[in-house]
Amino acid sequence: MSTYQWDWGVVLQQVPESDEFYYQWLATGLGWTVATALSAWVIALLLGSLIGVLRTLPSKPLSFIGTAYVEIFRNIPLIVQLFIWYFVLPELLPTALGDWMKRDMPLPEFSTAVFGLGLFTAARVAEQVRTGILALPRGQKNAGLALGFTLGQTYRYVLLPMAYRIVIPPLTSEFMNIFKNSAVALAIGLTELTFQMKQITGDYAPANPIEVMTIVSALYLIVAFSVNRIMAFIEKKTRVPGYISGGK
Amino acid sequence: MEINLENVWISRDFILEGLQYSLSLTGFAMLVGITFGTFLAIARLSHNRWISGAASTYVNLFRSIPLLLVIFWFYILLPLITGVQMGADKSAYVTFAIFEAAYYCEIIRAGIQSIPKGQINAGLAMGFTPAQNMRYVILPQAFRNILPLLLTQTIVLFQDTSLVYVVGATDLLGAADKVAHRDNTLVDMYIGVAIIYFTISFSLSKAVKYLHGKIAIIR
Repeated sequence: MSTYQWDWGVVLQQVPESDEFYYQWLATGLGWTVATALSAWVIALLLGSLIGVLRTLPSKPLSFIGTAYVEIFRNIPLIVQLFIWYFVLPELLPTALGDWMKRDMPLPEFSTAVFGLGLFTAARVAEQVRTGILALPRGQKNAGLALGFTLGQTYRYVLLPMAYRIVIPPLTSEFMNIFKNSAVALAIGLTELTFQMKQITGDYAPANPIEVMTIVSALYLIVAFSVNRIMAFIEKKTRVPGYISGGK
Repeated sequence: MEINLENVWISRDFILEGLQYSLSLTGFAMLVGITFGTFLAIARLSHNRWISGAASTYVNLFRSIPLLLVIFWFYILLPLITGVQMGADKSAYVTFAIFEAAYYCEIIRAGIQSIPKGQINAGLAMGFTPAQNMRYVILPQAFRNILPLLLTQTIVLFQDTSLVYVVGATDLLGAADKVAHRDNTLVDMYIGVAIIYFTISFSLSKAVKYLHGKIAIIR
């Protein structure tokens, strides 16, 4: 440790034999991290809500489909899931489609990461949405049906608006997780923030890994903190007076 | 293309070695993580602002950055500090113990806080010191309440150990990946690995659910 040459200016240096700077690498990395997490979150929220609702339905086969989805996607590590979508799926699809995925699909790493991360997180969101729906008093569903709503309308206008509000705190953690989990996409070559850090401290090595890793960690901290604040704001704005206690 | 899982069976010795590493990493990180996590939880609940502040900084820091980044941190930092090249397989033990302690800490803290105030007062009234109270009254009840959560976190931890693949360690995924690239059997190996992870995690989570029903304290 005593021989370590500190140099905090390392990210301001120019990349050897190019007209780029290291901080530009970090900026694009951060961009991909945020883009991947936000896009995957859209899939996770939509699909997760659908699966979560399926699991609460009175129909046996439908709730089984929901349960099976959650169990499969929760019990296989994310990195293995990404490998399967990226390396295995194109081999198993019909040749023409597989070849298209391998050669012509636009932004292959990004699309696969968004898709894989979205499906993975959907299983977690589904569990939260289901918990939220089950936490509501049974009278709410009956009241909805008694008012003449169809089951679909009861979910849409009575159950889900309350369930979402109840599960905002655990959804906040999932939303923060999706930013952290997007780092796993470096394994399929997505040039997100951790990938860029690895590039800078790796082969090109200006030999100052500690400074670069500190800066990257700080960037993740800022992202996590912002997400947390945004969700706290949404929680406050959507609170039903007198129903959900507290909220900071 | 055909899926031929026999390819996984053929290299079972090497794959099992990888699985063994994954499991031993999980076990070590669980034991050290829970021990260290207990101290962190007690520190977070301390009345001393410096102690609780330090503990919550530790926990919030590790819970805000990706595990993958922490893996790189220790992979690079440990040889710099110790001056010994220890390689990915060994540095992962330190990484996971330190990282998981933050997650276990939050579970244990919730467990301690779930103990009714009356229990704590009763212990103190019996003449226990605060430390004895923690040891004989609070922690035994807290751990019983949170055992299912601790085990669920351990299943997550087991799946997370697959990330050491990125620094080249030979865990279950790493072993399968090496075989896959040697024999050009990517499809079979990845599907085989997915099945192994699923079978272990799924049966463990079923067992935890069963245990939860058995030990839940009826209040």
